[in-house]
Amino acid sequence: MLPLLQAAATAAPHPMSGTVAQWLWLVPVFPLLGFLINGFFSISTVFHKGPKDPSASHGDDHAAGHASGHGDTGGGHGDDHHDVARHKLAGLTSIVGPGVLLLSFLLTAAIFFAMRAAGGGSMTQPFVQRLFSWMPVGDMTIDASFQLDQLSMMMTLVVTGVGTLIHLFSVGYMQDDPGYPRYFAYLNLFVFFMLLLVLGGNYPILFIGWEGVGLCSYLLIGFWFSEKANADAGKKAFIVNRIGDFGFLVAMFLIFANLGSLDFGAVKEAAPGLGFGTPVVTAICLFLFLGCAGKSAQIPLYVWLPDAMAGPTPVSALIHAATMVTAGVYLIARSNFLFAMAPVAQIVVVVIGALTAIFAASIGLKQWDIKKVLAYSTVSQLGYMFVGVGSGAYVAGVFHLVTHAFFKALLFLGSGSVIFAMHRAYHHTGNHDDAQDMRNMGGLKEYMPMTFYLMWAATLAIAGIPPLAGFFSKDEILGALFQRAHEGSTIASAHLFGIPGSLWLYFAWVLGLAAALMTATYMTRMMIYTFHGPNRTGAEERKHLAEAPMTMTGPLVILGILTVVGGWLNIPEFARFLGPVGGLDHWLHPVVGEATEQVIAGTHEMSPGLEYGLVGLAVLIAVAGIALAWTRLKPEALVPKSQSPQEEGFERVLLDKYYVDELYDAAVVSPVVGVSRGLLWRGVDNGLIDSLGVKGSTYLAKFVGWIGSQFQSGRLGTYAWVLAVGVLAVLGAVSVR
Amino acid sequence: MLAEALFFSAVLFTIGVFGVLIRRNAIIVFMCVELMLNAVNLTFVAFAQAYGVAGQVFVFFVMTVAAAEAAVGLAIIIALFRHRQTVNLSNINLLKG
Repeated sequence: MLPLLQAAATAAPHPMSGTVAQWLWLVPVFPLLGFLINGFFSISTVFHKGPKDPSASHGDDHAAGHASGHGDTGGGHGDDHHDVARHKLAGLTSIVGPGVLLLSFLLTAAIFFAMRAAGGGSMTQPFVQRLFSWMPVGDMTIDASFQLDQLSMMMTLVVTGVGTLIHLFSVGYMQDDPGYPRYFAYLNLFVFFMLLLVLGGNYPILFIGWEGVGLCSYLLIGFWFSEKANADAGKKAFIVNRIGDFGFLVAMFLIFANLGSLDFGAVKEAAPGLGFGTPVVTAICLFLFLGCAGKSAQIPLYVWLPDAMAGPTPVSALIHAATMVTAGVYLIARSNFLFAMAPVAQIVVVVIGALTAIFAASIGLKQWDIKKVLAYSTVSQLGYMFVGVGSGAYVAGVFHLVTHAFFKALLFLGSGSVIFAMHRAYHHTGNHDDAQDMRNMGGLKEYMPMTFYLMWAATLAIAGIPPLAGFFSKDEILGALFQRAHEGSTIASAHLFGIPGSLWLYFAWVLGLAAALMTATYMTRMMIYTFHGPNRTGAEERKHLAEAPMTMTGPLVILGILTVVGGWLNIPEFARFLGPVGGLDHWLHPVVGEATEQVIAGTHEMSPGLEYGLVGLAVLIAVAGIALAWTRLKPEALVPKSQSPQEEGFERVLLDKYYVDELYDAAVVSPVVGVSRGLLWRGVDNGLIDSLGVKGSTYLAKFVGWIGSQFQSGRLGTYAWVLAVGVLAVLGAVSVR
Repeated sequence: MLAEALFFSAVLFTIGVFGVLIRRNAIIVFMCVELMLNAVNLTFVAFAQAYGVAGQVFVFFVMTVAAAEAAVGLAIIIALFRHRQTVNLSNINLLKG
């Protein structure tokens, strides 16, 4: 298969070969270099004695008086309140860290323009760059290769673009942290692996990136590892992800066993041989989706993502909102040719996505920690993306991925800016309250107007108010779902548990609408409690509240612009006055067009009346959600966290996240720990291996030795007899011969 | 002539072997070892009649070794007696496992 493809490639050179695209491999190499340099800064003790060393130079006079962390005030972990001590090489790190990302982004942009020049959306073959043969084992040949097509181009632009902005923001946010170079080393490494993930030319390379970003996620969640809660959150993320990775591995084995290759191109070519809707292709897709559920925080593996907010806020923005958690969506979009042949798996993806969307949204309604609200919002929005890619509307799902990267990065960075301001105020007065609890905020719009306006733009975008980015993408997902549900798409004609697919899709559609209502409500609630109403920080702290510095607000402004215009990437038919229609549809057509057409083969275009009705309904729901929060919530009645009463009834259930963590603890963690301790440790290790294996073998050696020692009686007579008999026996044997 | 000599030497050797095996007195065991050596010497001499002088040369060697052995052996026995007040071999079993 592979030599054939290569032969084809040499026969007709790819339109992009010979252009700037031949430097594609440099795109991930830049962040890797940044990782090496910053990592060197971090580990060389010449420049810095240790992470806890307060004597290292720092520009802040207050720093010395404030050495201890802030996690002891209760209210859970994840507070970005830590030692203040500027690293000696902070200046250099501030150049290297974001610099390599900027280089990467510029190169990506150059390649993007080269791609447009080479045909853009009409370029049918991906540009494949084989670096070397990595694993030639028997029938299996795995190359270290990069594949550039329209989908990976778009993902690379998002990763490097949004990544650059978040790196810039981090310069302001993290500069007084003693672990500053370590932070940037991890962040650069993350971008390297993420680029490997989106640019990889086959499943194993993608998997390396997949595991690598998981590692960096673990390292950054536990960045302030001296607090146990943070380290635990990192471990939780890592272990939950392992369950998903198991699914991904099994899927890869199945693909190789049935198709004989793991190269995207070869798999795509051979995939139709599996047969439509056969158990094999369904199993492959379900196992792939298990991997996606782990990485992209879907039911039942979503529990790690809210805890992942223990990391620094820019990390939450980059890894746990904009890029890494969308890897699952990318994987399904990348494997579109497989999913299009497995309608049952598609139903599962859609239903799980819809359930996740509404489940997480409902939890988001009652959270007090500003980052927790955004975390559950992310889980919920990822659910939407899976509804999109699951229902075969790959463009819609990926479109939502992009717009979500814009507005959710903005929301997270905005919340980071709020936390930063809260912190600084608390820092000046020596207050040890929770700087992330919305009950301690309130009325911040007067103090940080820029953050206020930008976050409102992002809130309206995620709620789905036109013409902001979220409106177009969410509407496209729900519209596509509705279209596939009520007419003869392949999904609608399939059956899961005896229930027809169209019913499942309608069910998911209703859930999606309900989740949209909740999204608008909880986001408005967050804005009201944070920025509106009276200020609850305290009289002394209020004097120190101020807008964040330029390095932080600058990226916010750029993301704000993208949040407003991001939706115009793919303008629907009914809004053709905004510009060219279906830009993204056209752009991604070579990658996902065939699969999409396969899914919707039996359907008809929706009538304009129905389409307008659906759009109107979506807007109505968004407005209703905002109005609901606006009229029902009274920020004046709110008191700071320390004086707040305990929630009761269902509110309590929502605040405690439906007790899913407790359920998993009782159902999975405790039994595993119990079996490990009782059976595996005491039984197998102590009982079997130690007693029987280790000590048993010494007893055996001792016993054999004892038997041997019995022959050595010390009696000369016996020895002489043995000797004589022996001689006779030898003589006898010789003479008989 | 040869047959008688060999028969006699075999008898001597067997007596020596049984002495070593059965007796418990170290001196007697030692003498029986000497008896076995001399039985072998007799064989060498007897065969030397037929096969040349090499056998007789060998006898000299054996006698030399036996003399040295007698010196060392008797010294050990004397040391043993001084130490344990006995030369009964069944009482001497220090070297057991």
